[in-house]
Amino acid sequence: MIEMKDYHSSLSDPSSRKFETFSYLPEMDNTRIRQQVAYIVAKEWNPAIEHSEPENAFDHYWYMWKLPMFGETNIERILAEAEACHIAHPRHHVRLVGYDNAKQSQGTAFVIYRGPVTA
Amino acid sequence: MAKQYNAGVKEYRQTYWEPQYAPKDTDFLACFKITPQPGMTREECAAAVAAESSTGTWTTVWTDLLTDLDYYKGRAYAIEDVPGDDTCFYAFIAYPIDLFEEGSVVNVLTSLVGNVFGFKAIRALRLEDVRFPRAYVMTCGGPPNGIQLERDKLNKYGRALLGCTIKPKLGLSAKNYGRAVYECLRGGLDFTKDDENVNSQPFLRWRDRFEFVMEAIDKAEAETGERKGHYLNVTAPTPEEMYKRAEFAKEIGAPIIMHDFFTAGFCANTGLANWCRENGMLLHIHRAMHAVVDRNRHHGIHFRVLTKCLRLSGGDHLHAGTVVGKLEGDREATLGWIDLMRERYIRENRSRGLFFDQDYGAMPGLFPVASGGIHVWHIPALVGIFGDDSVMQFGGGTLGHPWGNAAGASANRVALEACTEARNQGRDLEKEGKDILAAAARTSPELKMAMETWKEIKFEFDTVDTLDVVHD
Repeated sequence: MIEMKDYHSSLSDPSSRKFETFSYLPEMDNTRIRQQVAYIVAKEWNPAIEHSEPENAFDHYWYMWKLPMFGETNIERILAEAEACHIAHPRHHVRLVGYDNAKQSQGTAFVIYRGPVTA
Repeated sequence: MAKQYNAGVKEYRQTYWEPQYAPKDTDFLACFKITPQPGMTREECAAAVAAESSTGTWTTVWTDLLTDLDYYKGRAYAIEDVPGDDTCFYAFIAYPIDLFEEGSVVNVLTSLVGNVFGFKAIRALRLEDVRFPRAYVMTCGGPPNGIQLERDKLNKYGRALLGCTIKPKLGLSAKNYGRAVYECLRGGLDFTKDDENVNSQPFLRWRDRFEFVMEAIDKAEAETGERKGHYLNVTAPTPEEMYKRAEFAKEIGAPIIMHDFFTAGFCANTGLANWCRENGMLLHIHRAMHAVVDRNRHHGIHFRVLTKCLRLSGGDHLHAGTVVGKLEGDREATLGWIDLMRERYIRENRSRGLFFDQDYGAMPGLFPVASGGIHVWHIPALVGIFGDDSVMQFGGGTLGHPWGNAAGASANRVALEACTEARNQGRDLEKEGKDILAAAARTSPELKMAMETWKEIKFEFDTVDTLDVVHD
């Protein structure tokens, strides 16, 4: 007989809130963030940084951090912008977007800094 | 000089076999696999198929002379051997675009796969591929939303979408059904799905199901902070009833509905797709009955033709097989038809069974849906085969988790994200899949349990409908 386990999530627990791609994996460390930035660059997508209060993360539109970094391929510069956004908004989720202009959409988007959970 | 009328039976090849014909950009091109009756020449068979699927009949009629048959007739213009099978051959036929009503997949099929399939002079006939000219594609509505708009609406980027068909297929009450939906969605799936035979049975009337399911979606969205949907099946006995159900789905705020395009037919499907486009509704398409016509290698319609027809008729998702699960589907052939669903321009590629270039112009693409007997162990291969622009649907592979649907859903979501991240890192999913999943399971007890539950299950049977290639 296999032991049963409860799947914990609830409306009253803000830590139940997810934020799409990679939000079911542990929070990214610098190595993992760097690898995903390299992927965006390799795909020739335009990197962009956005941020949001965790409680408003469901909205389509987050706050843009400056403009998308069109044509930027320097991984260090992209990481530095993401970090600058995080330092300016330490309580926000910060996500990295790869704009795919050929598809007129986002090739990928995922949160790299997670805002603290508050009740 | 005008032609004279001579009654009687002529050989088809005199009128309908034109090997020197150069197809026009606006022509429909069809590739048929013909298995002739003994004693029939290839040219006569090919010409007969061209005639019977366009302007011709078995005897000359005086009214032929009242029109310009050279303008309106279909023509067989090429014949090829079928690799590895000398019982049959390929015939290529060109049809002028004027033969088909604009925007009507119904009309195209009535001609191309109409009476000709019962024609006595051939033993078996299969429509392998059709090149729809771009001029005709532009008259069709196509997917009501398309891949990019669906991603934007649902805010899901850089990964495949995840779904689950609610089981048991039949028998649940509306409230218990909604419970199963809620558990899947709160665990991390993007979608759940009505099984195709769930329409409006006495134990589960559609309106009750829609209402309970919508409450489940709303609560799961609030709980997870992510956008969710359930394919509400509006397939119905009559178009009036179908539209009534679609309207109600819209009224309660459902983001997506579902239709069975083949049992309901292309007339109903095209109408529903138009309704979805006008009402901002996503449309999931199931393909019940397809294997009746597309599985036999010598007779019927190849699935790649049905795929093209559905894209023109309209749908945002279409079931595509899995290659690795419990349902039929050769790998290269599957890659061929998922390209036909998603891409703007698909080149002829015989190694994938694509006989023609196909240009869809500005028509959006749709998501292929991998569904049928798949579970977490298949995810590395599925990410490799289908990529991000796909929906992976785990029915038993979600609901059969020992700890329930939410845990099963979470296991699939963790596995998908882990494989997606690893692929982006440049890792080889087919070789390293096991390690990637095992590493992800270290922080997900749900995934660990799923991997233990399903590790022994495989579906290894030979595919019946394989591509035609020479066997050593």
